[in-house]
Amino acid sequence: MTTPTMAVKVLRAPRVRRGNISFNLSLAVLAVMTLAAIFAPLIAPYDPDAVDFAAIYAGPSPAHWLGTDALGRDTLSRMIFGARTALLGPLLVVVSSTVIGILLGLLAGWRGGWIDAVLGRIFDVIFAFPALLLAIMAVALFGKGLVAPVVAMSIAYAPFVARLTRTLVASERSRPYVSAYRVQGFSGGWIALRRVLPNVTPIVGAQSTLNFGYVLAELAALSFLGLGVQAPTADWGAMINEGQAGVMGGYFLPAIVPAIAVVAVVVAVNVIGEELSDRIGGGIPA
Amino acid sequence: MTTLRRVAGKLGALLLTLFLASLLVFFSRFLVPGDPVSFLLRGRKPSPEAIAEVTAQYGLDLPPWQQYLDWLVGILQGDFGRSLQFRQDVSVVIGERLPVTIGLVLMAGTMIAIVGLIAGAVAALNRGRVLDRAVLVGLTVLGAIPSFVGSIVLIAVFAVQLGWFPSFGSGDGGFFDTVYHLVLPSIALAIVFVVLIGKVTRSSMVDQLGREHVEVATSRGLTRGTVVRRHVFRNAIGPILTVSGLLVAGLLVASSIVEAAFGLAGIGSLLVQSVDRLDFPVVQAIVLLIVTAFVVVNAIIDILEPWIDPRSAAGAGAR
Repeated sequence: MTTPTMAVKVLRAPRVRRGNISFNLSLAVLAVMTLAAIFAPLIAPYDPDAVDFAAIYAGPSPAHWLGTDALGRDTLSRMIFGARTALLGPLLVVVSSTVIGILLGLLAGWRGGWIDAVLGRIFDVIFAFPALLLAIMAVALFGKGLVAPVVAMSIAYAPFVARLTRTLVASERSRPYVSAYRVQGFSGGWIALRRVLPNVTPIVGAQSTLNFGYVLAELAALSFLGLGVQAPTADWGAMINEGQAGVMGGYFLPAIVPAIAVVAVVVAVNVIGEELSDRIGGGIPA
Repeated sequence: MTTLRRVAGKLGALLLTLFLASLLVFFSRFLVPGDPVSFLLRGRKPSPEAIAEVTAQYGLDLPPWQQYLDWLVGILQGDFGRSLQFRQDVSVVIGERLPVTIGLVLMAGTMIAIVGLIAGAVAALNRGRVLDRAVLVGLTVLGAIPSFVGSIVLIAVFAVQLGWFPSFGSGDGGFFDTVYHLVLPSIALAIVFVVLIGKVTRSSMVDQLGREHVEVATSRGLTRGTVVRRHVFRNAIGPILTVSGLLVAGLLVASSIVEAAFGLAGIGSLLVQSVDRLDFPVVQAIVLLIVTAFVVVNAIIDILEPWIDPRSAAGAGAR
């Protein structure tokens, strides 16, 4: 168990590259967004749903740093509360698709044979359905909200994780340490779960974090289309949807602020994900 | 002979994937607990005529496999059933809206190809230099701008502030007016995908630039332009085509976002509207169309690959 264990050590080593501003900046962006989401009720200056007809489309001011929207609701407060659904959805999708994908990939790569062939065929069919399309179909079946899209997108992303895991597991299987455990009489299932799984998890995990950005953008798109998080609730995608009328009238802030938030998080996650993949030695061994 | 067998194998795999996809699209309805009639007529008055209509359309009194077969046979004959919201055939409703989506996807695809290929080639030919770095950073930033963000920003700047382009609808139907109306939507659709073509072009060309045959061509005294065109780009095109095929799905699905933002009557906005108005027959038809388009385009690229890049027919080892 040489290579992957070394990879883990490299990951844990305090190898902060000097001048790696974009990585540290991305970590800061994500940290701020996460803290904002967790402590939203403490930080937000206003109730995100508090309507104020005296301050409709107010510009930035000491009272409303980022102005207000068509109903006089404070844009900054809605941004802060909106971070909750915006981050929670992709987190659930990434975690569940990673768990499902790793288990199925382990099964396919370790057992091979007909199980591998059947799973491969199923993955091919799921690949034919883009994640957002599967999510839209799930809403058509089970109704609007975040639950059906999150389940659908977990299913859509799992095959990507499974395929990578399968490749890694298949190459691990022929390594000497696996034969050594076999000779000592350990069962195949024990070796797969206790020795092979920990070796492939860091690489797969790093690749999975790269999905976070895409999932966030896709779930926000669903809310933008009016199929995800529903209107009065503060959510970035829904805010952009509601803000579009204001944009037509020349009031840009209520839509542009959440739009910038989406782009900032996607960039930050991609920078961090690529850096993690680089450090771990990223992906499929030759 | 081997070519024929290879093509037959690919076509078989294509048909199997389409068959399994059709099972998923059809039987997804059975995942919803409860009575199928009340599912299909959600939000509508279950009048005896409406019940009779959906029962006849789906053959709800028949066993499930019979329902599926009837549905599939209908689709193969171009009959996708009746839309519940428009009281028209689904094929008619979709047919009316298909041209806008095709125009949008074609324009966006052209933009992606032009900008992506140029950006990738410029980066590859200047690899390691500042220009390479700048192109890569630019591509990464563009790749983080989802279609709905792009739409809003373009509407704000070019439609509202500057007033150069319209922000709503697809025009009066004339060719130039339609193109004019589709400029902003297709840019919004193209932005996020440029990074994929740009990056694969760059890495594929960088890979070729380091090969011996390129050095040989250069040492034979061919001009830089000829070497790049005939020996670098020609050989780099395989991976670029593969990625282009994968883009089709993304473009078709993301067009629903752009169509919604710009008020275009295409099949993407029809899909969203049909989900919103609980018109399941239309949803099923559009999902199946998008999946079919995606799978078929990729199969065609896969099948044509040996003709475009003869080395892939000679085996992966040939370089």
